[in-house]
Amino acid sequence: MINQSKHIFILAGILVLLLLSQSGLADTIKVCKSCPITLVKQAVQKASPGDTVLVSKGVYRESGIEITKPLALIGVNNPVIDGNFTGQLITVVADNVTVQGFTLKNVATSYRKDDAAIRANEQTNVKVLDNTILNTYYGIYFQNSNNIVIRNNIVRGENEGRTESSLGNAIHLYYTDNVEITGNNLQGHRDGIYLEVVKNSRVNHNISQNNMRYGLHFMFSDGNTYTYNTFRKNGAGVAVMYTVNVQMEHNLFEDNWGAASYGLLLKEIRDSAIRNNVFRRNSTAIHMESSTRLDIENNDFERNGWAIKVMTTCLDDTFRLNNFSGNSFDVSTNGTTQSNHFSHNYWEKYTGYDLDKDEVGDVPYRPVSLYSMLVERVPPSVMFMRSFMVDLLDNMEKVLPSIIPEQLVDEHPLMKKIHHDNDRELVQVLRQTAGAPPRER
Amino acid sequence: MNKIIKYVLLDIVKSKIVIAYTLFLLLLSIGLFTLGGSADKGILSLLNLVLLTVPLISIVFATTHFYNSYEFMELLVAQPINRKKIFLSEYLGVAFSLSGAFILGVGVPVLLFGGGLTGLYLLLTGVFITFIFVGMAFLASVSTRDKAKGIGIALLLWFYFALIYDGLVLFILYVFADYPLEYATLAMTALNPIDLGRIIVLLNLDVSALMGYTGALYKSIFGSLLGVGAAFGLLLLWVLLPVLSSRRIFSRRDL
Repeated sequence: MINQSKHIFILAGILVLLLLSQSGLADTIKVCKSCPITLVKQAVQKASPGDTVLVSKGVYRESGIEITKPLALIGVNNPVIDGNFTGQLITVVADNVTVQGFTLKNVATSYRKDDAAIRANEQTNVKVLDNTILNTYYGIYFQNSNNIVIRNNIVRGENEGRTESSLGNAIHLYYTDNVEITGNNLQGHRDGIYLEVVKNSRVNHNISQNNMRYGLHFMFSDGNTYTYNTFRKNGAGVAVMYTVNVQMEHNLFEDNWGAASYGLLLKEIRDSAIRNNVFRRNSTAIHMESSTRLDIENNDFERNGWAIKVMTTCLDDTFRLNNFSGNSFDVSTNGTTQSNHFSHNYWEKYTGYDLDKDEVGDVPYRPVSLYSMLVERVPPSVMFMRSFMVDLLDNMEKVLPSIIPEQLVDEHPLMKKIHHDNDRELVQVLRQTAGAPPRER
Repeated sequence: MNKIIKYVLLDIVKSKIVIAYTLFLLLLSIGLFTLGGSADKGILSLLNLVLLTVPLISIVFATTHFYNSYEFMELLVAQPINRKKIFLSEYLGVAFSLSGAFILGVGVPVLLFGGGLTGLYLLLTGVFITFIFVGMAFLASVSTRDKAKGIGIALLLWFYFALIYDGLVLFILYVFADYPLEYATLAMTALNPIDLGRIIVLLNLDVSALMGYTGALYKSIFGSLLGVGAAFGLLLLWVLLPVLSSRRIFSRRDL
């Protein structure tokens, strides 16, 4: 009996709340095939600021929906807005707008207007949630905006048989600050995520794959964090440039395999951290140019062509506690001067010994092979890859180093592969014994 | 001629060395395929082995065989048989038995573990290399009557093609690093059958993505069926060159 009365009480409470919300806060406008309003455009025009527009299941053939006041445009049971290649679908020209739960599709390539499924210019507090965007030129396009949330969307384009220039980006942000991009699945566009001058933003838990050019592409975007993302099978991998203070952690860079592909291409990145990432089967896992004061720690490099290509323009980068296994070349560089610091990494190719059993090898390891230097200097010599002579030369050079850079050496190579999740203790002990990473500034 | 080839073949099989060679290849290939995990990886490790051991064994075995069957050849020469025919049947007998051993020893595992087109290229390359190095062995053997000297020349030839040549080319590339060397490298690899074979196979594996601009150039040349045909044509030229010149020497010289 007590239970039942409790239930009734709760139900009554909910009813009261529902009534309150109906009358007191804002109106709800419904759109469906049998309702008075059958087009999303009409509903949006009719709504007053703060209203909620509920769109029921169905296919709405319209484009050019312009949201000029604060609204929540919400799809119930996944309604479809099919632009039928007649132009941009939703344009947001007001602050505090939410677009949620739609399938938006068919936007034609438009070189002059850059049509997108959802676009906002100079707005704040815009949320794009749980939408599926199919076969559009640009997917989600924001410029000069602020406080944006892009969460749990699927953006899928068709790049089969198309050129890079006829494709747009899945998520394209320009001069937009304070953005949260979470849980999106982006594929088949030119770039999965394109950020230009985007500051203080978080990009987490996204999957970006099979894009024509880059999975992630940012420039001049300081102070952002990128965690738990997957970048897979993108035409040229991930490229990030001209940025300071970036945190990239727990990401997976996988299968970016091709003559001009990189897992991660770093150009002029400063004061940033790349930690706990996995790089697997990329033709070049990390290519670094003019990048200084980076902490590259606790990453796994598995079965890449080149694990790290570090150009001599890179200064004061620290590589610690990384695993290198199954890579054709572990580290390669283009000159003999080196001012980067390698220590306490696990190198599968290390053949030294550990007499005092502290799990740190007693002999330093030089990860750069003579042949990788030669390939960097004379690219055609790559045709002798896997030649017996090359192995012989590498081994000779290992015994008596004369050409490979003297300073590029791991003085404390680890004997065992680090399991980044369960080896916290070992890592802590090593941190204490090694002290802070010794850097000469 | 067929009769002589048959006799030479039987003689070689009886000596059991070829059987041991087959078993050796079989064991190694199965081992590499099961260790490597994927078929591609297996083929990659097998490639190194094929390019090192197959030429060595072919050249050493063929040279010793030639000297050992000297008396038999002298006997045949006394018969009314064309000298060229005697030489060619000797050559074909040895080459067939060794390439048969290779096809059994490497081909069966490649087929079993699913090597695909690349596996086929590997097999073809191996067979061509067997024919080439048996030819070189015969060239070394007909150039001198002294058995020790002959084997010495044969080993030197192997050493040159398997090791020294690559070193020389790498040295040349290093010295002339400032020049565009793509086509020069292409020409220089064509001058060594081992390099040629290695590149044909490598370009069909996904390591080729690591080979950058030069690799792309090679791929545009060797990637098509015509290109692969041209590469195997070059290998055929490498077979004919030593065989024809040694046949010429053999038919003219005083035995």
